[in-house]
Amino acid sequence: MAFVTLLPQKTEIEEGAVSERVLDVENLSIEIPVVGGMLHAVDNISLHVERGETLCIVGESGCGKSLTSLAIMDLLPKKAIRTVNKMSLNDENILNFSEKQMSNVRGNKMGMIFQEPMSSLNPSFTVENQMLETLSRHRNIVGSQAKDLVIQMLEKVGIIPAEKRLRQYPHQLSGGLRQRVMIAMTLLCEPELIIADEPTTALDVTIQAQILKLMKGLQNDFNVGLIFITHDLGVVANIADRVAVMYAGQIVEEGSVFDIFDNPSHPYTRGLLSCIPVPGKIKRGEPLGSIPGMVPSLVGDFQGCRFSGRWGDAHEQLDGADIKLASTSDKSKTYKVKGSETHLIRFCCEDCLKKSYIFDKRKAS
Amino acid sequence: MLYYTLKRLALAALVALTVSFISFGLLYLSSDPAIAMAGETASDADIEAIRQLYGFDRPILVQYFDWLQRAAAGDLGKSYYFRTDVSALIGERLPTTMTLGVCAITFAILLSVPLGVAAAIRPNSLVDRIALFLSVMGQALPSFWFALMLIVFLSVSLRLLPTSGSDTWLHFVMPTVVLGYYAAPAIMRLTRTGMLEVLSTDYIRTARAKGLRPPVVLFKHALRNAIIPVVSLAAVQFGFMLGGSIVVETIFALHGAGFLAWESITRNDLPTVQGLILVFSLFYIVLTFFADLINAWLDPRIRIK
Amino acid sequence: MSSGSTVTTTVTKASIYTRFTGHQGVMIGAFIVLAIVLVALLAPLLAPHDPYQQNLLARLIPPVWDSRGSWDHVLGTDHLGRDYLSRLIYGARISLLIGFGAALISGLIGTVMGVMAGYFGGRVDMVVTFLITVRLSMPVVLVALAVVAIVGGSLQVVITVLGLLLWDRFAVVMRSSTLQIRSMDYVAAAQAVGCSTKRILMTEIMPNVVNNLIVIATLEMAHAIILEAALSFLGLGVQPPLPSWGLMVSEGKDMMLFEAWLITIPGVALFLLVLAINLMGDGVRDITAPENRN
Ligand SMILES: Nc1ncnc2c1ncn2[C@@H]1O[C@H](COP(=O)(O)OP(=O)(O)OP(=O)(O)O)[C@@H](O)[C@H]1O
Ligand code: SF4
Ligand SMILES: [Mg+2]
Repeated sequence: MAFVTLLPQKTEIEEGAVSERVLDVENLSIEIPVVGGMLHAVDNISLHVERGETLCIVGESGCGKSLTSLAIMDLLPKKAIRTVNKMSLNDENILNFSEKQMSNVRGNKMGMIFQEPMSSLNPSFTVENQMLETLSRHRNIVGSQAKDLVIQMLEKVGIIPAEKRLRQYPHQLSGGLRQRVMIAMTLLCEPELIIADEPTTALDVTIQAQILKLMKGLQNDFNVGLIFITHDLGVVANIADRVAVMYAGQIVEEGSVFDIFDNPSHPYTRGLLSCIPVPGKIKRGEPLGSIPGMVPSLVGDFQGCRFSGRWGDAHEQLDGADIKLASTSDKSKTYKVKGSETHLIRFCCEDCLKKSYIFDKRKAS
Repeated sequence: MLYYTLKRLALAALVALTVSFISFGLLYLSSDPAIAMAGETASDADIEAIRQLYGFDRPILVQYFDWLQRAAAGDLGKSYYFRTDVSALIGERLPTTMTLGVCAITFAILLSVPLGVAAAIRPNSLVDRIALFLSVMGQALPSFWFALMLIVFLSVSLRLLPTSGSDTWLHFVMPTVVLGYYAAPAIMRLTRTGMLEVLSTDYIRTARAKGLRPPVVLFKHALRNAIIPVVSLAAVQFGFMLGGSIVVETIFALHGAGFLAWESITRNDLPTVQGLILVFSLFYIVLTFFADLINAWLDPRIRIK
Repeated sequence: MSSGSTVTTTVTKASIYTRFTGHQGVMIGAFIVLAIVLVALLAPLLAPHDPYQQNLLARLIPPVWDSRGSWDHVLGTDHLGRDYLSRLIYGARISLLIGFGAALISGLIGTVMGVMAGYFGGRVDMVVTFLITVRLSMPVVLVALAVVAIVGGSLQVVITVLGLLLWDRFAVVMRSSTLQIRSMDYVAAAQAVGCSTKRILMTEIMPNVVNNLIVIATLEMAHAIILEAALSFLGLGVQPPLPSWGLMVSEGKDMMLFEAWLITIPGVALFLLVLAINLMGDGVRDITAPENRN
């Protein structure tokens, strides 16, 4: 998936147009007690998704993408501690929902698709059984009416003829088919929000492309908000409206797909982008970039910078980029990148900010 | 499924044949049936006469096939002690043992499966600790001693239950508890670990992400998968239990096949012992065969290839 | 580099050590087992009387906590007037001997079979799996009783018979552990380099399955001890006048309705020993391979 296209996929949400916020999360942190102390897996992140919008969360393995999505579904492991200031779905505050209320929301107003199609379906029940139970749970639809709906939905995700698949068990389906079944299952109750956690990572490249195309189409048809988690920037360029770049439990940069690809501002984003060959942006024969150093351990009282020592030559990577920052508020370390209202960048400390300025000034002189 | 069944059946037959040969050989090698038959007062000449009369002087394989042929037709020979057909004798005693076995395995399952599930739902909770305690106790408790203690405390001190015989269902209570408690720990542990394992799978996460209610997630999606290995284990335990009935039946004077085994062993009644070993083994083999079939039927990954 | 690796090994060793000492079950189990082993070893020093010395004038004296008891016979005397405490102390030797002996024999048989099946696979595996099935199909108690009855009960016979019968779990576990290890890269590497089969088995496979072997050995030891007690209880195991705990329960059985302590005392001893060994076995498994429960 090395190929990146930066053509506009969808018209940008226009300034002033009425946008409906499907999901709004503010100041989410997740801590997990582990042997050595407290693991600060997710640190104070905020994100939102509009109706019909695709938000891609990118970041390397272990940066907390899955935990974030599980936190939104309220499906975190028991020992994980979630703190969050605001969590609303369609302007409804779901933060203080009881488990029972949440279970009415899950699978109904928001659904989730997981990375492993091979193990995400119950091996002991047929496709039909597993799909019908969602309908009867949330819509109280049973019998032939439910079956018709299931068949329709399976056909919508490209399983044709669907009839034959109904009586089959997951092990009789290929990975791609299973993922299609998962998608159909998630769409059954026509949710407002779908969270897809690396839905294509486990699939063959050709199947990946098919599933991706399918999801893009369906998202348009159903006009849902989609959070698409991946660590594949090629996929991001393909599907995202907005991008949140996660690093070590924090969102370090957030903006429209154009902001991120055309004007990556955080050194980590620049590093990520330099890891993939971008046609036209990297000259032939030039070595591919990689981010030096390692993700720090997030166990214990974490002080200082999470990106420490990994700046590398991120500065030099992007000739011509012009980063100017405007402070959004005094206290937070989140800044707007000049030129775009939605392009945000977060620095963990002043030092970092200064380095960016230095870069900025040197370019200017 | 048909192919699987046939393959499994052939294996079962082969195992049965081998077991019968081993048990025959074991008793053949370790004793002289002619001496046992003739009794302790017989002279050497008498013994020799019996040996020739019953063909004990022929090679072991010949004798084995002879015995096997008759065993296949349901004739297990005559008991030296009771002087009746071994098959009839066993047939007469088997119902008591079966009743005991069925009661005991039911008791064991009713005790251990719910406990195992409850323990898995809340690891390290009070229920989990109780379950662990019961299973650790159960594994260390010698069943003969447990039985005697029950007699001393329940029957004699509290006068709650009859101590011996098989006349009423009350007579089966203590033997059932002793035998069942012997099988319970293994079933409970397997249920617990199986449930824990299944509860951490991706498909349970999917079920929860679909908003299914906790009972549906637990009992439909989790238990259905966790129970598959438990079925096999219960069958195995049932088989072991019948073998273990010998101790329990002796103590509670239940006149079942186990008691018969003890009687005939102490009396050197070889044909009966041989017949009993064969019957118990066959029973185990049939049980595990059906357990495997149930297993395959429960697990679509085996049922539908 | 070398200093770095030594540091890591000491760290893991230390943490395994603390994991052992921090594990309640293991510590309690080990303490009881150690105590019983010491008692068995020091039996001649600890036993207040000769365990075989009958005294028909001092029969069925209750233990010291009973009003009729005396400090001369702390745990009382049996129906032949033999000191119960002394018999209990010597009985520990029998149980431990049976446990070790049977586990040793069955461990040898089962390990050889299991490792061969796991390592060579194919036909060997088929044969071993078949033998395991056959063995499981035979009712242990019944066969053991029958053989002991025919051959005649003695300590050696009981050990041998149990040893020859209890190898199944060793074989099953060793087979699966070996299968697991064999698929690892370093075994493949050793094969590729051309190490001999024997060498691979001894240097690569055995050290890695030894944890599981210890666990099964402890559990089977407990199993053998219980079985011996059951056989002796039925009168077809160790023969009188040896002070086997199972035999003591059996001898006390006739009087149990009047003198319950006759069966309580040896029963509790048996229960404690088996419990302690099981606790150790379970604990070692929890610590070394928590994923291998059951
Ligand atoms: N149940 C758990 N117990 C302890 N630590 C956990 C648990 N789940 C996740 N973590 C840790 O939290 C961090 C974030 O995990 P998460 O699964 O969210 O990463 P991710 O970004 O989804 O990675 P990937 O791309 O590999 O899926 C990791 O360091 C992980 O080790
Ligand atoms: S400059 Fe910024 S990113 Fe770099 S180490 Fe310092 S705080 Fe971290
Ligand atoms: Mg993930």
